[in-house]
Amino acid sequence: MKRVQLLPIGKVDAELLGGLAALVPDILPVQCEVLPEVLDPAPAFHGERLQYHSSELLRYMARFLRPGAWRLLGVTAVDLYIPILTYVFGEAQLEGPCAIVSYHRLRQEAYGLPADEDLLLDRLLKESVHELAHTGSLLHCEDYQCVMSPSHGAEQIDLKGSRLCAACFRRLNWAAP
Amino acid sequence: MSAQGRLLIVDDELSVRDSLGKWFREEGYDIGIAESASEALTRMAESHWDLALLDIKMHGTDGIELQRRLHEIDPDLVVIMMTGYASVDTAVTALKNGAYDYVSKPLDPDEIAHIVKKALAHRETEKENLRLRETVAEITRPQELVGQSPAMKKVFEAVQTVGPTDATVLITGESGTGKELVVQAIHAASVRRFHPLVAIHCGALTETLLESELFGHEKGSFTGALYRKKGKFELAEGGTVFLDEIGDISLKTQTDLLRVLQEREITRVGGNQVIKVDFRCVAATNKDLEKLIEEGKFRPDLYYRLNVFHIELPALRERREDIPLLAHHFMRKFAQSMNKRISRISPAAMEQLVRQPWQGNVRELENAVERAMVVAQEPELKEQDFFFKAPPLPSSGGRSLEEIERAHILQVLEQCGENQSRAAEVLGIDRVTLYHKLKRYGWSRSAVENR
Ligand SMILES: Nc1ncnc2c1ncn2[C@@H]1O[C@H](COP(=O)(O)OP(=O)(O)O)[C@@H](O)[C@H]1O
Ligand SMILES: [Zn+2]
Ligand SMILES: [Zn+2]
Repeated sequence: MKRVQLLPIGKVDAELLGGLAALVPDILPVQCEVLPEVLDPAPAFHGERLQYHSSELLRYMARFLRPGAWRLLGVTAVDLYIPILTYVFGEAQLEGPCAIVSYHRLRQEAYGLPADEDLLLDRLLKESVHELAHTGSLLHCEDYQCVMSPSHGAEQIDLKGSRLCAACFRRLNWAAP
Repeated sequence: MSAQGRLLIVDDELSVRDSLGKWFREEGYDIGIAESASEALTRMAESHWDLALLDIKMHGTDGIELQRRLHEIDPDLVVIMMTGYASVDTAVTALKNGAYDYVSKPLDPDEIAHIVKKALAHRETEKENLRLRETVAEITRPQELVGQSPAMKKVFEAVQTVGPTDATVLITGESGTGKELVVQAIHAASVRRFHPLVAIHCGALTETLLESELFGHEKGSFTGALYRKKGKFELAEGGTVFLDEIGDISLKTQTDLLRVLQEREITRVGGNQVIKVDFRCVAATNKDLEKLIEEGKFRPDLYYRLNVFHIELPALRERREDIPLLAHHFMRKFAQSMNKRISRISPAAMEQLVRQPWQGNVRELENAVERAMVVAQEPELKEQDFFFKAPPLPSSGGRSLEEIERAHILQVLEQCGENQSRAAEVLGIDRVTLYHKLKRYGWSRSAVENR
């Protein structure tokens, strides 16, 4: 079975990461494990924006790729950006081996609401599956329940499901290197 | 999978092109990329695009100029401007020139996704309605011409006299004095009123493009001529052709135009078939044509052809008694479109209005009232709502369009008791757009703040 490895970037909640590793195989036919190493995000920090450049982090992740791993997913608590956008939830190399997700803006606290651990894990799972599917060359989907429907706000993530619709599942390029 | 649409991204910064290109590709769009104005024009000539995202500030040609040229090639292209900072003048110019919207860098992902989607949906409906709308616009009532000064009364009489005839009319006057409105009135008073009124702004186009606009062209007759196209004289189909800024056309085009006026037939650029056309011609200019004739820049025979009947529009400063009437007219017009209950102008403000030089004539007055209406509190327009005699604004100074918009939105929201749906309705924008704007302002409910 294909292996997805999770790489903590900076300080990441271990329980959350464990939950994610347990749930991803429910949705995608893959094995999932957490790597023991940690990637330090400091070099990608932007002093004025107080955010981290996600494309740079994706590049640093290459060092942690191991033979036998199908995909490497970076998970982080820090806020991510690309220069032209105010923030991103995550980024993937289309057909590449690496993807990254941030749960900074998935937390209820980011919107002045009380913390909700279950909701956070649910959102992180959806965004992780979403980015992993991008690495399998899937683009966004019009089916609003499909995990590949675009979501740029936490509310939109809550609206969609955590699974791929039948069409996306068929289209997912498992052969992608 | 069917693509969402074809997007052209134009920016001179590599990182913007790359990251935005990838991001939109994931969103499901077909992406084209250009790093300069000339590359953008090449992309446009190569294939069709639905929407262009243009950086407003680039080396060489700027975004505003590029927008104009892209629209010459494809008037249906949806253009969204990306600005580093939103200065009133550039953003307003862009919107007035037909840009769909502008966004500030860095872009809010949720907002840009929403705007692009909405713009493309909007364009689809536009396309469907185009045929319908063209026919409707042709027979809708012209806008109301306001004025009671003796000079304007003479203009109204002239319109009533010449309107029903088929005579060619030349309208002169400074820019912004209402020449285009007079043309509409003439058309509406004529037997041709159920046929199209087609306008062409001669000054804005190069000689090649102007000729193709006027006479049409055959496919491939010049670079950019991707399809066969009918010219305005053909499109008029028995209606009125309005040649605006006639003083700005080249001698070559003047010669061709003279032939059309004499022979009532045209030949498309790159074609050889002679086509009969039926139209009435009205021309306008803010130039002194007789002086241009003396300088050898305007053909006298064309001048006599056009100047069969002459209407001169006086500058606004020469008929200040019309200012209160016009100011009230625009106040009512914008009160309705902005949904604001403003129904009077304070005496102090009016005194200032009557005294201004109004170099830009009625258009400038209209813009001044519009700006004031944005910031004014109900129920009255006050002196401080206008920007009287401000020295030209440095680009970083003054209130940016965004600030004015923000103030207005927050004020409306407050008046609606922080009910966002209600505020969206009042503002005439959709609920999601309002939500994005509020998010950008960092607005949160006062109830939450007080906790
Ligand atoms: N007498 C008038 N009554 C009402 N609106 C007017 C009048 N004159 C000009 N306007 C308005 O001022 C603006 C400029 O007029 P326009 O006809 O485009 O000027 P011109 O063609 O001379 O540059 C338009 O928005 C027009 O509606
Ligand atoms: Zn995505
Ligand atoms: Zn799907």
